[in-house]
Amino acid sequence: MTGLRYEAPENLNAAMALLGGAEGSARVMAGGTDLIIQIDNEMIEPDLLVDIKNIKEMRSIDQVDGGYRVGAAVTGMELMEHEGFCATWPGVIEGVSLIGSIQVKGRATVGGNVCNSSPAADSPPPLIAAGATATIVGPNGSRDIPVEDIAVGPGKTSLAKGEIVVAFNFAKRPAHSGEAYQRFTPRTEMDIAVVGVGVNLTLDGDGTCIAARVCLGAVAATALLVDEAAATLIGTKVDEAALDNLAKAASAACRPIDDKRGTIEFRTDVAGVLARRVALVALERARKN
Amino acid sequence: MAKTHITTTVNGDEYEVLCEVDQTLLDVLRDELHLTGTKEGCSSGDCGACSVMVDGRLMCSCLVLGVEADGKSIDTIEGMADGDVLHPLQRNFLELNGLQCGICTPGILIAAKNLLERNPNPTETEIRFWLAGNLCRCTGYDKIIRSVMAAAEEMRGN
Repeated sequence: MTGLRYEAPENLNAAMALLGGAEGSARVMAGGTDLIIQIDNEMIEPDLLVDIKNIKEMRSIDQVDGGYRVGAAVTGMELMEHEGFCATWPGVIEGVSLIGSIQVKGRATVGGNVCNSSPAADSPPPLIAAGATATIVGPNGSRDIPVEDIAVGPGKTSLAKGEIVVAFNFAKRPAHSGEAYQRFTPRTEMDIAVVGVGVNLTLDGDGTCIAARVCLGAVAATALLVDEAAATLIGTKVDEAALDNLAKAASAACRPIDDKRGTIEFRTDVAGVLARRVALVALERARKN
Repeated sequence: MAKTHITTTVNGDEYEVLCEVDQTLLDVLRDELHLTGTKEGCSSGDCGACSVMVDGRLMCSCLVLGVEADGKSIDTIEGMADGDVLHPLQRNFLELNGLQCGICTPGILIAAKNLLERNPNPTETEIRFWLAGNLCRCTGYDKIIRSVMAAAEEMRGN
């Protein structure tokens, strides 16, 4: 692999020019925690690596219109150390804090975790439950899309050649709203989700759920935003009957694979159990907010 | 293909290195700078044996490209002792048998030092979670954790 070239542009235009002008295959590198292993193992043989970590707007966490804009190359540790973001989006932080070891989180980025498109990735379910959008910049300009529209299958995204995810946008959090993320793994640390569930819900002044988003990870080829599960909560006080319906709807939406980490039957059952648990955490947070 | 010229600071000393793009920082430290205290374990970011600090951040050097070290400041195990005087973590690992074969030890010491800089009084649970990315196949971890707790206590001046 003697032909590999490395560039670390300092602005988006230069990155676009490199990606657009590349002969052969070019890969965007953020934290590199997946990419470097793929190169080492000769799973991919790119001609050009475009390191985006020197692009300032991709490394910053900013408050915008009462919400947050998080650069796609912000590392897990950087996001976990941001007190304001952690207080507002604890479920997103619960997902991000599960992405590998401290060493890996010091490198790995949220943008990379989303764009690597692992079905079991821990940040997409809470990002999708939060209703986050991604700002994508490419040869044809800039567009914002829901995070759930990025992954289309294991290792595959909807991004066109030359496009990169620049930032994630989180709208202002409404009053009486809360979210949470949990996953099931055999071990407490350094493991990959067998099932992951993110729930985000909003209550009215009387404690009735007026909006909800439920996202399941590791039970299909991509994270699943399950409207039928959200519908079981809306209009209820998130009581036992609603939680039973939520669990059933979450399990019904699963289309998992059988593998060494979990059978289809197990994943389907656990998705319902976890959805109920996560909804209760989100509910408690919503009541305090 | 021409090698890339980088300038990097390792343990306070500036080095000029020629490296290939596909060489990791671990390769550069061990093969080019001959700083072999940083160990190669899995080379996939799972075991933590190659842990170093890059601009004050704990990382697996197998998951960093050598060319990325240009202009950065790297701290490795070779910079931990002050001349002949061991760091309290190093001394406590020796005194409390926090190592057996020793392959994981440099990475664990680097990671533990970073923890104590951020949190001088960690609980046992906090230490276990912080060191979850450092695998040891000999000790069963108990003596490692005790060594870190003893060093932390000593460094707090108790």
